[in-house]
Amino acid sequence: MQVLIGTSKGLMVYEILSDSAPKELAIHFLGFSVNMIFVDERTHRWWVGIAHRHWGQKFHYSDDQGASWEEAKLPSYQGFKMINGAPAKLMEIWSMQQGGADNERLWLGTEPGGLFSSTDGGVSFELNEPLWYHSSRQKEGKWFGAGSDFPFIHSIEVNPYNSSHLYVAISCAGIFESLDKGASWQPKNKGLLAAYLPNPKVEVGQDPHQLLMHPLDPNVLWQQNHCGIYFTKNGGNLWSEVFLKKGRSSYGFSLAVDENNPARSWVIPVESDQRRVAPDLKLEVFETSNFGQSWKSVSEGLPTTHTFDIVLRKSFKRKGNLMIFGTTNGNLFYTLDETPYWQLISSHLTKVNAVVVT
Amino acid sequence: MVKVKFTSALKQFFPDLSAQELEGASIKEVIMSIESIYPGMQDYLLEEDGSLRRHVNIFVRGEMMVDRHRLSDTLTDGDEVLIFQALSGG
Repeated sequence: MQVLIGTSKGLMVYEILSDSAPKELAIHFLGFSVNMIFVDERTHRWWVGIAHRHWGQKFHYSDDQGASWEEAKLPSYQGFKMINGAPAKLMEIWSMQQGGADNERLWLGTEPGGLFSSTDGGVSFELNEPLWYHSSRQKEGKWFGAGSDFPFIHSIEVNPYNSSHLYVAISCAGIFESLDKGASWQPKNKGLLAAYLPNPKVEVGQDPHQLLMHPLDPNVLWQQNHCGIYFTKNGGNLWSEVFLKKGRSSYGFSLAVDENNPARSWVIPVESDQRRVAPDLKLEVFETSNFGQSWKSVSEGLPTTHTFDIVLRKSFKRKGNLMIFGTTNGNLFYTLDETPYWQLISSHLTKVNAVVVT
Repeated sequence: MVKVKFTSALKQFFPDLSAQELEGASIKEVIMSIESIYPGMQDYLLEEDGSLRRHVNIFVRGEMMVDRHRLSDTLTDGDEVLIFQALSGG
């Protein structure tokens, strides 16, 4: 398997095989912050977002696994305004997703909160107006940024059996569902709690950190939220909170699910919102096989002391029997074992923004 | 005509980049001229709303340009325009 690692100073490509040590294949965009990676499994095209400090967000693709790159046309907010009347402008590309059976369709999630779609394979993108003009955001402060100036769409999940059905996760607004390919959107945040707001049960204003749909059962969604870990078995009609254990933080960013078992997932918690370090300075991965009724630490091989690393929302992936994550301090771990024994690939990368297994 | 010089940092995106003698009575006009020679350069220098990117600096006659939003600073024949990246940490 090939693994793409987007770091704050370049894109790393590794090969991971079961019978040999991981091998570094290439480095692309050396020195630049790779903030988004997407591999379209329909076309095998690699898409990469680069967040230049000086030159703004850029967007590249490769049809030959990185041997050559083309710069893509950026989505444009021209003609659209923020709620305060200021012209909207692209700040960052956060997420990308393919449209399933809808062959040429691609979705792009951005800051300041716009969802774009392409119906020509990414040659051009158009802002999804039903979400941009959604009634829930027509008053300033209803959608808002989290660690950013503006809200951003970081997760896009498309039903593999029905490409008209999709969810987006917005920090901060919450989860929105469309059943008609983006023509209309409904908030799906019942059961979530926004502990940072006067009314924690607001319909819109929640802060999902990562959303994943189960590929076999699209009614099962998992989310690592600012305020805990949640799942739903009914497509988001009602979310249930689960707890790692009493006294243990459920704060975090990253989440992975078992492709074959909707009840099984993994999280990598962070000590707290105020202290963004590994809990007790010990890097741990927790696994549940029963929708969060119980969790066990599956952390053999990970550092147990003085670990300041955390794992960001796009930096933990599971595919087949491979699990891999990269940390904010540039440590990259993987396991191919059913009972994980984590092995270090590199301890001297820089901040890992995104991991993709292809 | 004004003489436009670029930071070498832009050469990695525009390998043929070189100093240019261009027509333009304002910074905005000069950037339009630059775009016609180096398509795509405008997106590197300007935000979507047409304002100068926060971490890009343009100097005219040795002074930092003033109107970063509308790019209306006027130019006269013989002026030198320098397009730099701002300093940054990290």
